[in-house]
Amino acid sequence: MQTRRQKRLFSVLFIILLLGGAVAAMLYALQQNIDLFYTPSQIVEGMGKDKVKPQPGQRLRIGGMVVEGSVKRDPDSLLVVFDLVDTGPVVTIEYEGLLPDLFREGQGIVAQGILINATRIKATEVLAKHDEEYMPPEVAEAMKGIRHVPPSQIYKAEGS
Amino acid sequence: MGAELGQLALTFAFALSVLLAVVPLYGSYTADERALLLAKPLALAMFGFSFFAMLALVYAFVTHDFTVINVASNSSSKLPVYYVVTASWGSHEGSMLLWVLMLTGWTAAVALFSRELPLLMQGRILGILGLISVGFIAFSLFMSNPFARSLPYYPVEGSDLNPLLQDFGMIFHPPLLYMGYVGFAVAFAFALAALMGGRFDSTWARWARPWTLAAWLFLTLGIMLGSWWAYKELGWGGWWFWDPVENASFMPWLVGTALIHSLAVTEKRGTFKSWTVLLALGAFSLSLVGAFLVRSGVLVSVHSFATDPGRGIYLLIFLLLVVGGSLLLYALRMGAVRSQARYQLFSREVLLWGNNIFLLTATLVVFLGTLFPLFHKELGLGSISIGEPFFNQMFYYLVIPFSLLLGLGPWVRWKQQKAAPLLRPFSMIAVATLIVAVGTLALMQSVQANLALMGLLLGAWVGVSAMGEIWQRTQQFGSLGQGLSKLSASHYGMTVAHIGFAVLVIGVAMTKTYTEERDVRMQPGDTATVAGYQFQLTEVYNISGPNYSGQAAELDISKNGRYVTHLHAEKRFYTITRMVMTEAAVHARLSRDLYVSLGEELPGNAWALRLHVKPFVRWIWLGGVLMAVGGFISLADRRYRQKRATVSDKAAETVKATAEEQVNA
Repeated sequence: MQTRRQKRLFSVLFIILLLGGAVAAMLYALQQNIDLFYTPSQIVEGMGKDKVKPQPGQRLRIGGMVVEGSVKRDPDSLLVVFDLVDTGPVVTIEYEGLLPDLFREGQGIVAQGILINATRIKATEVLAKHDEEYMPPEVAEAMKGIRHVPPSQIYKAEGS
Repeated sequence: MGAELGQLALTFAFALSVLLAVVPLYGSYTADERALLLAKPLALAMFGFSFFAMLALVYAFVTHDFTVINVASNSSSKLPVYYVVTASWGSHEGSMLLWVLMLTGWTAAVALFSRELPLLMQGRILGILGLISVGFIAFSLFMSNPFARSLPYYPVEGSDLNPLLQDFGMIFHPPLLYMGYVGFAVAFAFALAALMGGRFDSTWARWARPWTLAAWLFLTLGIMLGSWWAYKELGWGGWWFWDPVENASFMPWLVGTALIHSLAVTEKRGTFKSWTVLLALGAFSLSLVGAFLVRSGVLVSVHSFATDPGRGIYLLIFLLLVVGGSLLLYALRMGAVRSQARYQLFSREVLLWGNNIFLLTATLVVFLGTLFPLFHKELGLGSISIGEPFFNQMFYYLVIPFSLLLGLGPWVRWKQQKAAPLLRPFSMIAVATLIVAVGTLALMQSVQANLALMGLLLGAWVGVSAMGEIWQRTQQFGSLGQGLSKLSASHYGMTVAHIGFAVLVIGVAMTKTYTEERDVRMQPGDTATVAGYQFQLTEVYNISGPNYSGQAAELDISKNGRYVTHLHAEKRFYTITRMVMTEAAVHARLSRDLYVSLGEELPGNAWALRLHVKPFVRWIWLGGVLMAVGGFISLADRRYRQKRATVSDKAAETVKATAEEQVNA
């Protein structure tokens, strides 16, 4: 016969084991489902101190402003291709499906997808915040303190 | 003038809340009966003034008083009048006032319907609710004043209500949700009052139960309504997005559900006491965490409010005070509490303990998934997002053991249960479950096992065993009819809520498995086929409403050559806010929804359209509503309404109880 104290010890141990297992399983599942957020310049130039660039095939999120004049539609399907920019480099997004209501040229959007090559992303989801002046906060942060180039002049600036 | 009166009323409410927080609690300390008796009128007056303040705000909206900043930025003269009224709580400021109204409303309700409580307990509960009210009314008054004027320069026209909020669901969604959030404050106050008095008997649990149930059922309805609204209004055809704001409401719900079950154990068996108290503190704390997440702007979400760091810091400090203070009291007082009851491994106590473990693990999953991106970013590891698969996967694993236990739970006796007597009924339940699940799956056109089968098995298991349990109980009373009338309301409530859960599980699994959706490019006259339904786009034309213009698409839907229905989907451009909104068209049946949303215009007289066929999606909301109905039925139970002590008894009890405490201390 177990004493009361032993019983309590067992139940406490059991709870700790269960919780530990659950947290471990959760963290493992979390690792599998993390999508890093990049801005177009981080994709091209790399992120952080080590300038780590994402690998082709990697699942990621990207946020930036849609370059004016860059949206091209396929005449027969819902395929649409457009460019995103934050502070300079341009990344191309391709997406097939319904664009959100607030998708417009010059507007900030966030896209979720897979990197196909160094500067091209195949998006599975495009999000635009339901707000007229929305800019993804990460993009706003990246743009802070940088001389603003209107998205419409991006190509000219690059060309010169 | 109206806004100033509202401001004045809110100021009075603030003063009263301070009095309510101080006087009765002081009275409980000094055993001053007069101070304790003051709690009730103070609570009622505080509610009265908050109500008047809300009325003043609604009045400012209805009369289009654009000198009030809140009105100018959330309404316009072209807005239909019913949305003008709901715009009162559409903004951060207005919704905060609604929150205050709900909180003072619950406080007044406790004051009115707690006559059977000892005066001391009543004074403490109202005092704690007063303390919480101080925090929120001050927040509304000083940090987000809904009555602020922009004089002398004011706009002649308002900038209109966010079109997303111009929907029928928005009329009820926030009030119901806040009723739930804030309702947990009552359970919280009950728990703290018990901690102060050191009294945790089953009478305490019986007092706390109906309040917790009421809050829980409002929260359930609020979440369900929000899900239904998102489905209709966002045009994606999704019903749950694991969006931080949704998660913020889901966490208190999960803990609240655990609390309801734990309270049952405390009431019936006098055990799980410290656990129940901890859950009561946790449910309200998570409501506060939710308010902080939504209103501080630390998390980016589709529907968070405008951000202001000052507000975030205020709420964070308030949150820390509430959580820290209550946990401190818990740590100081709870050590002395002993639960005496003994129970064996196979008993209802242990099964309900399992229920609590799974619900809390689910809470932990949601908490981690919601806050992990925040930590990740603050630690300088870069911005991340946690995908839907994480939550879906974790909940898939959690719901299986949870449902299995849930089917078993109501059959098992308190204290101990021998396995043998359950073998026969449960082999029958298992067979019935298999027949129902496989039978339903066979009726579907394509058999996709995995998720659908699992959902049907779990749902049928829970549903069949819940109904079987009712039948088994009635056997004790001779005839079926006699037995049915003998069962208590709370027993029926439990069964209905459990069946609701079964319906919800089936709905989720079936919708996830069988939904077919296609984004297509269509010209008028074109036909697209989704899941056997032919969607024909007949025409697209221009429309105009009071504060919007746009396009409407007409579709005829047929199946196997037979006409099914006609759908009318709209795309609206709200002229003042300059926002485009999708009004999805839905044809709803219990077995499936047909869902069409109109996308943008494409070159060549074509349109982008999203077509969905979603089997069983109604079951999700039906299940949620059934759960809430179950809660409502339980509330009607007679034992929550037993009257006891007369007034003079109560006074004597107060003095005695205080004396006892002082001896103990």
